[in-house]
Amino acid sequence: MTASPEGSKETSERDNLRPTPTAWIAIFIIVFWVLVAVFAPILAPFSHSEMISFESFAVVEESAFLGTDYLGRDVLSRIIFGARMTLGLALIATIISFTTGIVLGFVAAISPGWVDQVLSRTVDAIMAFPSIMLALIIIGGVGTSLPVVILTVALIDATRVFRLSRALALDASVMDYVSVARARGEDVGWIMLHEILPNTMTPLAAEFGIRYTFAILFISSLSFLGLGVQPPVADWGVMVKENLQGLLFGAPAALLPAACIGTISVAVNLLVDWFLHRSSTMIPEELMG
Amino acid sequence: MNYLLEVEDLRVEGRPPGGQYVPIVKGVSFAIKPGEVLALIGESGSGKSTISLSTMGYARPGCRISGGKVRLNGEDVLKLDQQGKRDLRGSKVAYVAQSAAASFNPSLRINKQVTEAPTLHGIMKEEEAVKHAVDLYELLDLPQPDTIGTRYPHEVSGGQLQRLMAAMALSCTPDLLVLDEPTTALDVTTQIEVLKAFTDIIQRENTAAIYVTHDLAVVAQVADHIVVLRNGEMVEQGPTEQIINDPQHEYTKILLSAVRHIPKEDHEHQDAGSEAGHLIEVRDVTAGYGNVTILRDIDVVVDARESIGIIGESGCGKSTLARVISGLLPPASGNVLLDGNALPGPVKGRTKDELKRVQIVFQMADVALNPRQTIGKILGRPVQFYHDMSVAQRKDRVGELLELVELPRAFASRFPGELSGGQKQRVNLARALAAEPDVILCDEVTSALDTVVAASVIDLLESLQEKLGVSYVFINHDLSTVAAFADRIVVLYAGRVVEQGPTSRVLSPPYHPYTKLLLSSVPELRQGWLEDVMETQEAQGGIARGVKLSAVGCPFFDRCPVAINGVCNKETPPKRAPVGRHEIACHRKIGELLAGLGMAEAVAAS
Amino acid sequence: MRNLILRRLALGLVTMWVVSLLVFASTEVLPGDVAESILGKDAPDEVIAAMRERLGLNRPAYVRYWDWLSGLLVGDLGVSLGSGRPIAELIDDRLWNTVRLASVTAIIAVPLAVILGLVSAMKAGTLMDRSISIGTLCMISLPEFFVAALLVYIFAVKLRWLPALPSVNPNSSIWESLTSMALPIMTLTFAVLAHMARMTRNAVINVLSSAYIEMALLKGVHNWRIILFHAFPNALSPIINVIALNLAYLVAGVVIVETAFSYPGLARLMVDGVATRDIPMIQACGMIFCATYVSLNLLADILSILTNPRLRTQN
Repeated sequence: MTASPEGSKETSERDNLRPTPTAWIAIFIIVFWVLVAVFAPILAPFSHSEMISFESFAVVEESAFLGTDYLGRDVLSRIIFGARMTLGLALIATIISFTTGIVLGFVAAISPGWVDQVLSRTVDAIMAFPSIMLALIIIGGVGTSLPVVILTVALIDATRVFRLSRALALDASVMDYVSVARARGEDVGWIMLHEILPNTMTPLAAEFGIRYTFAILFISSLSFLGLGVQPPVADWGVMVKENLQGLLFGAPAALLPAACIGTISVAVNLLVDWFLHRSSTMIPEELMG
Repeated sequence: MNYLLEVEDLRVEGRPPGGQYVPIVKGVSFAIKPGEVLALIGESGSGKSTISLSTMGYARPGCRISGGKVRLNGEDVLKLDQQGKRDLRGSKVAYVAQSAAASFNPSLRINKQVTEAPTLHGIMKEEEAVKHAVDLYELLDLPQPDTIGTRYPHEVSGGQLQRLMAAMALSCTPDLLVLDEPTTALDVTTQIEVLKAFTDIIQRENTAAIYVTHDLAVVAQVADHIVVLRNGEMVEQGPTEQIINDPQHEYTKILLSAVRHIPKEDHEHQDAGSEAGHLIEVRDVTAGYGNVTILRDIDVVVDARESIGIIGESGCGKSTLARVISGLLPPASGNVLLDGNALPGPVKGRTKDELKRVQIVFQMADVALNPRQTIGKILGRPVQFYHDMSVAQRKDRVGELLELVELPRAFASRFPGELSGGQKQRVNLARALAAEPDVILCDEVTSALDTVVAASVIDLLESLQEKLGVSYVFINHDLSTVAAFADRIVVLYAGRVVEQGPTSRVLSPPYHPYTKLLLSSVPELRQGWLEDVMETQEAQGGIARGVKLSAVGCPFFDRCPVAINGVCNKETPPKRAPVGRHEIACHRKIGELLAGLGMAEAVAAS
Repeated sequence: MRNLILRRLALGLVTMWVVSLLVFASTEVLPGDVAESILGKDAPDEVIAAMRERLGLNRPAYVRYWDWLSGLLVGDLGVSLGSGRPIAELIDDRLWNTVRLASVTAIIAVPLAVILGLVSAMKAGTLMDRSISIGTLCMISLPEFFVAALLVYIFAVKLRWLPALPSVNPNSSIWESLTSMALPIMTLTFAVLAHMARMTRNAVINVLSSAYIEMALLKGVHNWRIILFHAFPNALSPIINVIALNLAYLVAGVVIVETAFSYPGLARLMVDGVATRDIPMIQACGMIFCATYVSLNLLADILSILTNPRLRTQN
């Protein structure tokens, strides 16, 4: 027995689609950073590598209000250009991981046993590594460069996307509407596209957000370790690493780019959280006294 | 003024996730005397479970009791504080839930759970409570009463678990028992056994009870008094006899008329017996999943404009047969013939025309309709797929199809989530009709529906057959529904056909012991049926056991009252044909089976 | 049950073997020549060839793999390319530093996370739950190095309560070594706490919304008893899995934290190895981390088999 009378179900679902205030804040932050990244050359007062002062960690006359970094470059400009690099790299990695992950996941779900076995066991093996270890080992083996970093992050992400999309496709493919389509004589491609994909969109969209923040955090972590994006390119992770020493003298130049990473990933996570947990919990109220 | 429980103007509100509170129980009043059994009856959404729970001062998550009084022995339960409610629950009022499997804690041994209430409420000491529990197990006819309690819930069967939950509820000898659809999830044969155990113990302990159900026939067996509910309002109440024999309210009458009766001799369906050529022939089919063989040596035919009913308990292979015919499950051996031509086993091998002529409709409309497609797309796709029409033609045809299943044309733009259960099932049916098939395989299409809605779907099926001349293979576990609908009946047991023939010949009189068991297990809408059936039940030994697949001998052997040891468990039973197209697979001769109306002699003879 | 555990153990061994294969393959077979990377791109070809010969790179990959694996099994981790010293020697102290950091963190973070998750689940939907939820969400979203930087800025630079850089001096007292490790431990706790707390909450909510909990409530069982006797045994197995799953975050956290605080641990040794492309070092450290991770996951699996009566009573 459900509490909801029949008929009102649909309207309540639509009500739930209205963003909460938290979700609005999240959307605002995401849009803000996307605009910053897109219009970086227009917005930034200086180029990312121009040394505007001989003084490090200082608010000098020439600089914008965030001061200079350890080489005397403008921190604000570097953050603006860094947005491009950090958010862009993560986006590329996520898109690659999603296309491969979903395609392979769906293929595994509908293919004969051995294809699924090969794909699934390979993914299991990759997932037996803590992801940071996998990245360190690969980068240790081949050396670092932007493509290597992107592909490594994409590989790690793709295994998670593979697992999820395979499970979703399997769940959907035992549904009777898929049996009906099969009995009708539809081919696998049509069933995938029209019956299964539409029903996996919601969890996959949420997963995209989760994977995107993971990519941002992961790439910046690699840059922070000195194994990702290389100086003098402006990237938020790189900026934290470069300016870390300044922290000991009380200069917050390292904190600012780190905080930027924080805002964007908090925003995406809040949005995903709202998206996934729109329904309330079903625990007896008496238990929660 | 000697009522045990008085419910006065009870109001409960519920809210869908994120939505506003709306009333779901709108001022219901009734009263129960000590030792009396009161039934709350209604369809889904009537609020019957909600009402039964509020007698314990409890509201499910998302619901709240918003008004009224619930007086137990004169004290208002709703006014009690948390401690007061705790003292009451389990000791004075006890609850039996619909799904025992979900309501037993999987990590605790059964005894621990059964004795929890009496020890917690300080009624008994641990050992005393265990002893009492064992007594209850015995009373409830549970096997190995001394040791069953030391097992974990997953180690006992569903029917046993249901009775163990009754033992748990009775452990404190409560004044009032709340039974929430306790037999709905069970097979008919198991249902009788559980029902009998419940009624016996209620009578013995002289416990008052609230029995929540949608099944009027079940109510007739257990209740002294009936409250009929609809959409959270009370429609009618009165003594069981009056409600069943002389209902006053229109809605009660509708409920009663929706209960199908097993047709007696007079009901003679068409017995075409056209030897000319069958529409579908299932020849010698053996099929299963992986290493498990479910169907063995199945021979069934379907003629044009005919309805075949397939019955049997769950696990007998009814749905598997439908999947084989539709090509979803290629048989391991044997053939399916369409108009005398062998159909390739898997869907892939069949031509579009072959596919078009055989359509399948599934039980749960909820999962059979893609929630992300509009009704227009759901119906339009088969039209386009099989008949390749233009967009405009297709739209027109979708409208026609909707009208055919008595739904408005405007539904084409809606999503399945916006439809009621019955409407969804009609769309489900319309999708099969879109192909313009010769035969439709209906897999339990009415089982998930409320009785009244189910009856209207059956009526629709009948009128469609008249209009379009389709054949049906109608799979159902409910013999009364099949009997009223099918021209011929196929009785499946553990993957084999044990009997098949024209409905009237199979059912009246029943020959095969399994057919007899099924027939006698269908609850009848009259008081005292349960007692009668338990007394005359030839197959008493057969009720309690589950379906087991076996490769050798007759699979019904271990449940059969007339089984011949050394023959039935060793050799495949021969097929006997009393007349025409009637066929019985049994080692016993027809005469013996017929005489078996008084089975005692047959048993003596063996 | 024994069969189930044996199967799980066998699977663990296979996983370990596959991990060793992958570690070896990605460091030795992927493009990029070790000899070249040591000597630099401008080195003359003969010198590179001589280096390859010295490192044994001319032998077939499977022979090198076998040598490496059999060495690994008897504790011979090879020789560091950078310093020319045996890796086992270099690792010794560092390994214990890392173990100490990780285990102290685990001792603090695991109970804290489980308690936070439980409280959150018990108060589901209330203001407290929502605050914990938003709080943990932010913690998940913040990079570890941000937390590290922020804590240093606040506690070491502004407040001057704690040392910014931990000193690992065997002669210092327990209290001194604890305070000196306080910032790394806090950062690391931050990194693992949030995921664990959130997943614990979900696992507990799942259990609390099941029919047998309602049944217990309707038998008049006290709330604390429901939690302890009815919910806890069933939540145990998912919570164990949550903890095991989050060890991955501990590993990631260790790598970042050791770098951020210049902490002389195994992870930093490995990061330095990656930067200088000291392949034997990467392989050895990678294997130690992965083997620990795989074994802890295995342990969690076995524990959750033991806590589940359905699996426990299975033959």
